[in-house]
Amino acid sequence: MSSRLTKLRRKVLNEHLPLVLCVVYFVVLSPFAEGFATSYNLVNVFSAMLPLMVLATGQTLVMVAAGIDLSATAVVALASVVGAMIMSGDVGWMSGSALAVPISVVAMLMIGAGIGAVNGSMVAWFRMPPFIVTLTSLMFFSGLAIWSTQSKSIGMLPDAFLLLGGNDWVAFVIVVLTAGLAHLILTRSLYGRWIFAVGYSPKAALVSGVSIHKVLFWTYVATGVVAAIGAILITGRMESGSPVHWQRNLLDVVGATVIGGTSLYGGKGKILWTVYGVLFLTLIDNSLNLLNLSHFTIMMVKGVVILIAAMLDVIRNRGHT
Amino acid sequence: MNTNRKNVVMALRFQSIEKAFFGVRVLKGISFELKLGKTLGLVGENGAGKSTLMNILGGNLQPDAGTIRLWDEPFDPHSPKDAEKMGIAFVHQELNLFGNLSIAENLFISRFPTSGGLIKRKSIITRTQEVLKQVGLDLSPHLQVDRLSAGERQLVEIAKALNRNAKLIILDEPTTSLTDREGEHLFDILGRLREQGITLIYISHALEEVLRLSDEVVVLRDGEVVSTGPVEDYNQARMISIMVGRSIDQLFPKRNHKPEEAVVLQAKRLCRKGVLKDAGFALRRKEVLGISGLMGSGRTELARIVFGLDPVDSGEMILNGVSIIKRSSAERIEAGMAFLTEDRRAEGLFMEASIEDNMTLVCASRWARGPLAWLDQKKLIVGVREYREAVKLTAGARNEQAVKTLSGGNQQKVVFAKWLLNKPEIIILDEPTRGIDVGAKYEVYSLINQLTEQGAAVLVISSELEELIGICDRILTMRQGEITAEFDQVDFDREKILRAALH
Repeated sequence: MSSRLTKLRRKVLNEHLPLVLCVVYFVVLSPFAEGFATSYNLVNVFSAMLPLMVLATGQTLVMVAAGIDLSATAVVALASVVGAMIMSGDVGWMSGSALAVPISVVAMLMIGAGIGAVNGSMVAWFRMPPFIVTLTSLMFFSGLAIWSTQSKSIGMLPDAFLLLGGNDWVAFVIVVLTAGLAHLILTRSLYGRWIFAVGYSPKAALVSGVSIHKVLFWTYVATGVVAAIGAILITGRMESGSPVHWQRNLLDVVGATVIGGTSLYGGKGKILWTVYGVLFLTLIDNSLNLLNLSHFTIMMVKGVVILIAAMLDVIRNRGHT
Repeated sequence: MNTNRKNVVMALRFQSIEKAFFGVRVLKGISFELKLGKTLGLVGENGAGKSTLMNILGGNLQPDAGTIRLWDEPFDPHSPKDAEKMGIAFVHQELNLFGNLSIAENLFISRFPTSGGLIKRKSIITRTQEVLKQVGLDLSPHLQVDRLSAGERQLVEIAKALNRNAKLIILDEPTTSLTDREGEHLFDILGRLREQGITLIYISHALEEVLRLSDEVVVLRDGEVVSTGPVEDYNQARMISIMVGRSIDQLFPKRNHKPEEAVVLQAKRLCRKGVLKDAGFALRRKEVLGISGLMGSGRTELARIVFGLDPVDSGEMILNGVSIIKRSSAERIEAGMAFLTEDRRAEGLFMEASIEDNMTLVCASRWARGPLAWLDQKKLIVGVREYREAVKLTAGARNEQAVKTLSGGNQQKVVFAKWLLNKPEIIILDEPTRGIDVGAKYEVYSLINQLTEQGAAVLVISSELEELIGICDRILTMRQGEITAEFDQVDFDREKILRAALH
């Protein structure tokens, strides 16, 4: 009995530590941050978590495969802009058409898949480090998004589309479906096994008959598509297509995943952990805002938190190689 | 160091050393002593406590109770630095050299001699030349370590110890990655070190080496010293029976079946520039075919090409009448091939992952259904249960336990289980018993027997000729990428085979 208790305690401290920290943080800060523990504010927190959760889901997939995707916010920018260019009621190519919304959505997802495919081919077949590949594709595609719009945002989006991101409940369903599917793929499908295998050790995976190139390629494609789903939510919520949406939030996406406990070294990660990471980061953001700290101070705090999470990852993985 | 004081007689004395991890006693009052300038053979199965004891001596771990005396003085190391300061050096199974640096840089990595903040290059080079000569290596100090053979690296490790003026050198399985010839050279060097009065502790599973090199023997079992005495009191059989606590009359289990005539796998004139030259063989059903050769003879390369991991310039491979030369290793696995690589940690297992995940990696593709490839969890669980029993994995290990926590023998059993779950017809084993203890070796041999009895064909590569002679129906020798000779079981002769592999 006592051993079961210690086991439970160890599990909570290891796996669910970020959730415990969320609760502790919430309890400790509630008396200081006015309005933190109100239902109105909690709805805000919930709403702010949604797009981040989608993007961090994609990041979790690619990190389990020992990669990283820094181009996630470029996918958001370019997909948002292109989607708006197609369906906008004032400048859109298909302005007014009944098919405008479905075609935009498909186009946005294709952009995600396309950028993911570029990243994936570079990483898988050219054996380039994911860091430099996705960093350069972040630069290129963000630049492309800004250039193609002359840095303006495109409004007048159809109501049907605004519902997708603007309505929290619809967005919530999309988030649950996306994250749920990613969770099932990671834990219950052959592809999940292969993603973990490639993340643990490509060498050993190859000997066991895993086509590591294909697995890497498709993981990046999936991550791109998931980022495009994020773009749909964000564009809907902001009611405009803009090349600067989420420009500043790249580190949140990587950070939330790492805070949750998914390893930067690959081979270890869970969607549930990422939920904790997203919750934690959103709580910090929200509470510090309520304390009237400046954007820059909040950035500093988040930087430190993410650094600590990365340090924990390094400590847990001592002797990994 | 006080070794220069004349009255020192005892190099090392352990007194009632105790150590427990999480309440499990790993060392139960270890006491023994070692005279100055003598060589101690320390033997025991994996898990007997050898590594823990050496980690205590090296300052990596602190004992719960007991004392150590080194050079006749109390010794209580709290870090590897303390041990190094007192003249202790380790030469590990997995070498600790920087492949990207030169020999000289490796020798001085922990403390470069400097003058005015700059490294004194010249004195480093001369000193390196000196110690390289001591270990019989005729190499340039500037040579990058990556370009050395395993045997040469081992000697560089020893040179590193000598460079630090080590007086007690602990060698942990130094010959596992060496060929016979490299091993011989190492033994010569060790003999020379003894003449210089250096005390040695020699840890090895290769008992004939221990018998040959040691003055004294200490046998550990389950954290206790079960036997100690001068080497003259021991022979291999006695050591083994003391180590395992029961007598094994034979090192190799009996086989009750013969290979069939039907050829399942045929390799013809496999060529790859600089690696293989016209290498070919035929593997029969229920046969155990051995490949003997030095490291670098192309034996591992041949296995990798046969399995489809490495490219080939020309040649043909026929599996059950079908050409497979153009197929990927994934397709060859599907066609019934399995490959236990020589490097278990890097290529055979995901060390951080669970037993379960490791075991089901290869066969998972068979149990995937639907467009999203859902895995049949029930089949996975049943498969794991069945095969962990088939390979006799220790009952104490939970399925969700990380394989890095298992002993070498149990890790190897997980690799076996991983492949057997896929029901292979052709099994390639590259050094299947490297670094595992006598008891586990016997179990691996029994498993090979069982597999061939059920109809599989086994291709086995080993540096231990005794092992090949003990388990094979036929042995091929390889040298410089060519197959030089073939021996049937009736013609097995250690010397003839060695000669074919060497000349």
